[in-house]
Amino acid sequence: MSVVIETMPPVPTQPWRNSKAQGMRNFLAIVLALICGGVINRVTGLSGFLGLFVGTAFLFPVFVAFANINRGANVVVDRIASAVIAVAFIAVTIPWLSIFITVFRKGSEAFHSSYLTDDMRITPSGDDLQYGGIAHAIVGTMLMVLVATVISVPFGIIAAIYIVEVKGRFASLIRFLVQAMSGVPSIVAGLFVYSTVVTFFGGFSAWAGAIALSILMLPTVARTSEEVLKLVSVDLRTSSSALGATQARTVFTIVIPTVASGLITAAVLGVARVVGETAPLILTSSYFVATSRNLNEPIASLPIYIFSSLGLGDQNATARAWGGAMVLLGLVFFLFLLTRLFSSRIKRK
Amino acid sequence: MVVLAAIGGFLLYRGFEIFKDFGFSFITGSKWDIGNAEDTSTAILGIGAMLFGSVITAIIAVVISVPFAVATALLIEFYVPKWFKTILISVLDLVAALPSVVFGIWGYAVLLPLVENWSKTIEHYLGWIPIFNVPSGIFGRSPFLAGLLLGLMIVPIITSVAREVYSQAPRDLIDAASALGGTRWGALRAVVLPFGRSGLVGGTMLGLGRALGETVAVYLTLNLVFQVNFKILASAGGNVASLIATKFGEATEYELKALMAAGLVLFLVTLLVNFGATIIVNKSRKIV
Repeated sequence: MSVVIETMPPVPTQPWRNSKAQGMRNFLAIVLALICGGVINRVTGLSGFLGLFVGTAFLFPVFVAFANINRGANVVVDRIASAVIAVAFIAVTIPWLSIFITVFRKGSEAFHSSYLTDDMRITPSGDDLQYGGIAHAIVGTMLMVLVATVISVPFGIIAAIYIVEVKGRFASLIRFLVQAMSGVPSIVAGLFVYSTVVTFFGGFSAWAGAIALSILMLPTVARTSEEVLKLVSVDLRTSSSALGATQARTVFTIVIPTVASGLITAAVLGVARVVGETAPLILTSSYFVATSRNLNEPIASLPIYIFSSLGLGDQNATARAWGGAMVLLGLVFFLFLLTRLFSSRIKRK
Repeated sequence: MVVLAAIGGFLLYRGFEIFKDFGFSFITGSKWDIGNAEDTSTAILGIGAMLFGSVITAIIAVVISVPFAVATALLIEFYVPKWFKTILISVLDLVAALPSVVFGIWGYAVLLPLVENWSKTIEHYLGWIPIFNVPSGIFGRSPFLAGLLLGLMIVPIITSVAREVYSQAPRDLIDAASALGGTRWGALRAVVLPFGRSGLVGGTMLGLGRALGETVAVYLTLNLVFQVNFKILASAGGNVASLIATKFGEATEYELKALMAAGLVLFLVTLLVNFGATIIVNKSRKIV
C-alpha cells in the first residue's frame, strides 16, 4: 500500500498585476471622474475644456484611491501617485498641443499661393493678406544661419576634438566653459555683437546677425559633437595607432569619417537652436522689407518678421505674424526630422 | 573660448561709465529717466525694478514647472512602454527647441485672456494675501502670466535633465525595493527621488538661467513699468532682457551705455547660475 502524494507544481501568480475586476474598477474611476468633472463643468464656473480637465484632474486620483481601497494603504498611495503623475503629464502636454494647433490654425489664414515667394517690398503690413509674403524673411534667415553655421561648426568640432581626442591640459576647463556658454542669454550675445561688430563697422548688417547666431550655436555644436565623438570605439583608435598612424591622422581619417553623420546632426541641432532666435537679431541685423542678399546691409529674418508684425497691432499684420510663426515652426520641425534621420543612421552603424 | 571673456570685457568697457556715474545705485535704483538728452548728468538710471522682475518671473516659472517636470520625467522613465518613451523624448527635445517668439505669440494670444480670468478669480478669493492683491484692478500682462509662460518654456529643459539623472538610478536598488514587496511608488520614493535630487537641482538651475535671460516671450507678455512690483497679478513689471529690447530702438548714446551695463549685470547673474548648475549636474553624474 503506498500513499500517492500528489504534489502540484505551484501555479505562478503575479500579485502585482491588476486582476480583471480591478481593471474594471480603475476604468470606472476614470469614467466617474470624467462624469463628475462634466457635471462640475456644467454647474459651476469651471467652464470650457480646461475647466473640464481641471475638475476631472482633481477628482481622478480620489476615485482611483476609492477603487483600490480594499488593497491596503501602500497600494492606495501607489495608485494615487500614479494618477497624479499621469494627470500632471497630461497637464503639461495640453499647452504644447495648444501651441501647435493655434499656430497652424491661425498661420494658415495668412497663407496664400505666393506667400513663400513674395516679399513685403511694395506691401504695407496692414494690406490685404493675399498681397505680400515672407520670401525676404526666409532668404535672410537662411543666409544668416548659413554664415553662422560656417563659422561655428568648425570651431565647435575642433573644441570637441580637443576635449575627447587630444585630452589636453585645458580639456576640462574648455568643457566647463562651453557648458557655461550655452547659458548665455541670447540678448547678451546680441549686445556684445552690437558693441563690437555693429559699432565698429558702422551699422546693422547680416554679418553682425550671423556672428551673434554663431556665438549661440557654438556650445550646442560643441556639446553634441563631444557626445558623438565619445561613441567611437577605443578599438578603432588603438588599431589605427598600432598601424603607425599619428593621432592627427587617426582623427581625420578614422574617427571623423566614422561619425560624419553624427557631426552633421550636431550642426543641424545647432541650426535648430538658433533659427528662431529673435532678441540678438533685433540688436544686430535689424529688419528690411525687401529680399536682399547683401550681407553688409540690414536683412530680414523670420523671427524679426513675426516680432515686428506683431508690434503693429493691425489685424492683418498680426495674421502675417502667425503665418511667419507657422513657417518657423515648420522649419524647426523639419530640422528635427533631419536629426532623427541622421541619428538613426548612426545607430545602424 | 575667448568669446566669453570678450563678452564680459566689452560690455564692461561700454558700460563702465554708467557704473562710474551711478555706482551701486544702478543695481538697486528702480527709476529709468534719461532726463535731458543733451546733459547726461540729469539722468537717473537704475535697473533695480527690472532685476526684481527678472527674479520674480523666474521664481514663478521654477515653482510652477518643477513639480510637472518631475512627474513627466518619472512617467517617461518608469511608467510608459519603451516605444512610447522614445517618442516622448523626441517630443521633449522638439518642444525644448521651440523658438521663444513662438511661445511669446502664443502666450499673448491664447494664454493672456485665460490668465486674466484666473487672476480675477484668485484676486477675488485670495486677495487678502498681499501678493495676490491688485488695487489697480488691472490684470493682464502681469508677472504671473510671464512666469507661467516661462514655466512652460523650461519644463522640457528640467524634464530632460531630471529624466537623464533618474535613468541612472541604481537598477538593483529599485528591483530590491520591488522584491521586498514595495509598490512602484514606494521604490521611486525610496530610491529614485533621493538619488536624483542633486541632478534635479542642477536641471532646475539650468531652467532658471534660461528664464532669467529670456527676452521676447517676456517682452510680449509683461507690461514694462519701472516699479518694484510684489503684486504678481497686477499688470506691471519687466525684466532686464526685455528692458534692453524695449529701450534699444530709441536709446540715446548715454542710455545705450546703461543698457550695456544692464546686459553685463544680466550676463554675470546668468553665468553664476549656470556655473552652479553645471557643477551640480556634473557632480550628480559622477556619483554613478
